[in-house]
Amino acid sequence: MVKIQKETAERWGYSGIGALFSSKPHLFLMLLFGAVAAWGYAVGIDGFFKGYHHVYGVTRQIPWGLLISAYIFCVVTSTGLCLVSSIGHVFGYEPYMPIAKRAVFLSITFMLAGFTIIFFDIENPFRMAVYNVISPNFTSNMWWMGTLYGLYLLSLGIEYFFLLDQNHSMSRFAGILGVIFGVAAHSNLGAVFGMLHGREFWYGPYMPIYFIVSAMMSGGAAIIFFTCLAWKMNREILDHRMERAVKAVCQLTTMLIAVIMFFTIWKIISGIVAPEKYLAIMAFVTGPHALTFWLFEVAMGMVIPFFLLLRSKGTNYGLMFSATAMMLVGIFFMRYNLVLAGQLVPVFHGLGVEEYSGLLPYFPSYHEIAVAIAGLSLAITGFLFGEKILNAHQFQKHEIVPAGAFICPGCGGIHYKKEGETHEEALQRHHRIRKAK
Amino acid sequence: MKLNKIDLDNLPNEGLDSVTEIERRSFLKVGLAISGVFAGGKILSVVSKVNEVYASSSEFTEKYPYSPHYSMVVRQGLCIDCELCIKACKETNEVPDYGYRTRILTKTVSDAIGRKQEFIPTLCNHCNEPPCCRACPTKATYKDPNNGIVMMESSKCIGCKMCVLACPYEARYFNAKRRAIDKCNFCWDTRLEKGEKLTACSNVCPSGARIFGDISDPENVVYKMVHQIEKQVWVLRPESGSKPNVFYMKATRSSPWDLRRQADAR
Repeated sequence: MVKIQKETAERWGYSGIGALFSSKPHLFLMLLFGAVAAWGYAVGIDGFFKGYHHVYGVTRQIPWGLLISAYIFCVVTSTGLCLVSSIGHVFGYEPYMPIAKRAVFLSITFMLAGFTIIFFDIENPFRMAVYNVISPNFTSNMWWMGTLYGLYLLSLGIEYFFLLDQNHSMSRFAGILGVIFGVAAHSNLGAVFGMLHGREFWYGPYMPIYFIVSAMMSGGAAIIFFTCLAWKMNREILDHRMERAVKAVCQLTTMLIAVIMFFTIWKIISGIVAPEKYLAIMAFVTGPHALTFWLFEVAMGMVIPFFLLLRSKGTNYGLMFSATAMMLVGIFFMRYNLVLAGQLVPVFHGLGVEEYSGLLPYFPSYHEIAVAIAGLSLAITGFLFGEKILNAHQFQKHEIVPAGAFICPGCGGIHYKKEGETHEEALQRHHRIRKAK
Repeated sequence: MKLNKIDLDNLPNEGLDSVTEIERRSFLKVGLAISGVFAGGKILSVVSKVNEVYASSSEFTEKYPYSPHYSMVVRQGLCIDCELCIKACKETNEVPDYGYRTRILTKTVSDAIGRKQEFIPTLCNHCNEPPCCRACPTKATYKDPNNGIVMMESSKCIGCKMCVLACPYEARYFNAKRRAIDKCNFCWDTRLEKGEKLTACSNVCPSGARIFGDISDPENVVYKMVHQIEKQVWVLRPESGSKPNVFYMKATRSSPWDLRRQADAR
């Protein structure tokens, strides 16, 4: 194990392995989720040796199922976390800065969790490592997605290292690369679906655009959710600046929900008038997938959280917590619905043959569910681990507040003091409060 | 750069006196011909209407990029669903029970007069612009540069199933024994490469529903069947734009195109 010097540990906010044992419920939760993840991966390995075609619910007609959905959920959240946090520490909008460390840490965690899930979906993952390099197909979105996500993860790693090391100019540079690779990789993931011209439901530029916007929505939800959770575990993490950051993220997330609502509305309306998309859309509007669509994707993923977040005004943590928890569940089903939608209608449906007269059935098998749960549990374990061992991702005092400045108790922003000024005088000057005579 | 300005507004009007009646008429005719006003825009339009008449574009039916350019004509009305082709395919290409390279779909038209059922054999269409080859991240599936067959190099396949999703004809499945996606390759490794002239399925077909051949050769039966206007030839799912090489046409017992069976050696 790498021995971390005391000075470095202090700079990184590293509290040592011992910190994991400081709170028993926390440790218990971590072990619980760790155990769930281990069980899920064990089931996955069992499936690998039995042969996925025996144990997974996916078929020749529906080759992508729950595992791809879970993978997409993880990488969407990861990209979103990276993009939303970059508004602050990469693009320099000050209110978003305090969320950077936790967001980038979680972004890496979710990305790794996503990779473990896709590992169990790909039949020959070891061949992938070899032939992705020696036999690349530059016209393949899949190839670009894999490669760009690799570069994205690398940039995130470098970015996070410099964030820890308090080298903010370097972390910013790596952050820019992270944003570029993140957007490129993620829109490519959208294009994996959007460029299948044999699948009318997905085909078109809608998918890449939708993926990027909905990624930011998921990222915002994840930041609020995990910050609220961290706050429940350790009430000290919220200072004025953090409160302001959560409020800012809450406002952005609310707006993005509205945007995704419009995306969904137009997807339904345009799908209903297009004969080639009609069946797939109706499967969700009134058909067998109506429950996952209306209850999970629409109600839990968008409508209820939208009103809860509006009501919370960015300051009611209980409301925000329940809203974003609901959203994360809803977004998971959003991905699941999206992956299924393009495959439900058989490719030969238009021929009018008996074999393909209706929608194709799919239900995830025990093995698929186990691996998906394992991936998500791994992400939660990672979160719990990071909270304790990295001192709740807190910035150190001097990182947040430059010399000669202070955090305003009123607005939470950073104010600079002029020479010879007291706190109070500076505050009054910033907020244009007239001095009492 | 300096441009010479032409003062269009102040040019003297040449008048219509110098334009003859014939010139005016021919000018109008060109315009009407281009926009296809004659015959409702169906026949004489300069803008090609061939896509509406044939399954693929004229460029495609006239020019074949491979030599031999293997192709198949499925004469839909002749298929009797005996499934000998599926059996022959399984035996020849070691296709497991959970998969298939070719399949026969059943279409029932209950209110049709006379015959109410017909069978549609499907297989890999060996498209000229295959969506699967574009989608594959590792070039495990590729278009053979000589004969245009969409091939699999099993050792490169990572099993991501992207090609299964990309295929407009549902022609691909995962073969656990090969640890790769498996698909029809017109029996290239099992028959054609060894000097046989026909695929296993067209060889056993008792009704002559599957006609296999080289569409780039004007003497070949497939060429002759596709290059005529007496019977309509179409392809499945032309909207996917993949330019498939499996053509479909109707044929009945009384049809002049009825070859009872494709001769083994032509």
